[in-house]
Amino acid sequence: MSVDIEHFLTVGALLFAVGLMVALSKRNAIGVLMGVELMLNAVNLTLISFSRFSVSERPITGHTFVVFVLTVAAAEAAVALALAVSVYRNRDTIDVDQINLLKS
Amino acid sequence: MEGVGVTIAFWVLAALTLIAAGGVMVSRNLLHAVLFLIVTFIGIAGFFVLLSAAFLAMAQIIIYVGAIAVLILFAILLTPRAGRGNSETKFALPATLLAISLAAVFLFVIHDTDWEVVQEDPSLAANQLGEALVGTWVVPFEIASVLLTAALVGAIMLVRTPEEEAEDALA
Repeated sequence: MSVDIEHFLTVGALLFAVGLMVALSKRNAIGVLMGVELMLNAVNLTLISFSRFSVSERPITGHTFVVFVLTVAAAEAAVALALAVSVYRNRDTIDVDQINLLKS
Repeated sequence: MEGVGVTIAFWVLAALTLIAAGGVMVSRNLLHAVLFLIVTFIGIAGFFVLLSAAFLAMAQIIIYVGAIAVLILFAILLTPRAGRGNSETKFALPATLLAISLAAVFLFVIHDTDWEVVQEDPSLAANQLGEALVGTWVVPFEIASVLLTAALVGAIMLVRTPEEEAEDALA
């Protein structure tokens, strides 16, 4: 029994699919954000797997990219949750079906 | 990667991560969903350890579990009437179909490709990561710091109450 790159990539792909499903089907804006975080985690796992297994001059590049993804995820979560709280104060809901002020 | 320990660790982590991700999907209560999300993050950190990225596993725990999950918990507690009984939108079925077909495409590509892999561990240490960040990737690194500052200021501006804004206008 051995574990190869295919196994890790499979977990990453399945996690990405679940994250996409959560992001598209949750009614609550915070639930949508959770789906986005799941997708970012799946991408991070894939990047680290390639960094570990692929034949490359500088395998550390994958790790560097993961650091940037972590940074952007933190920034995005802070702003998105601030938006959700702000919308909740004004509209008393964060249901993404109800937030349709711009819809004609 | 050979070895019984590695294999057991992989399958346990894979089951933990994917079941917890499924829990995020099916939980109607957002508080339960965020607890499942934390389990998923910890599972991913375990995968990082398995792939010998110990520093990033630590960063994953600190940033995702320690910061982002707590931030999401705060947001759920600040929106008390919105956290429970969240049914799916009318896009639930198309989203599921899209996700399944996307996963099918990914799995086909992953298993059809003849990956050229190295078996020995490239042994990447945290000091190499630091050198890469402030050497080759110094410009994105600086841009990331600007982005974090902008996000900090933006988040503070967004959650101010109208009274606080009126006070600032007078000052």
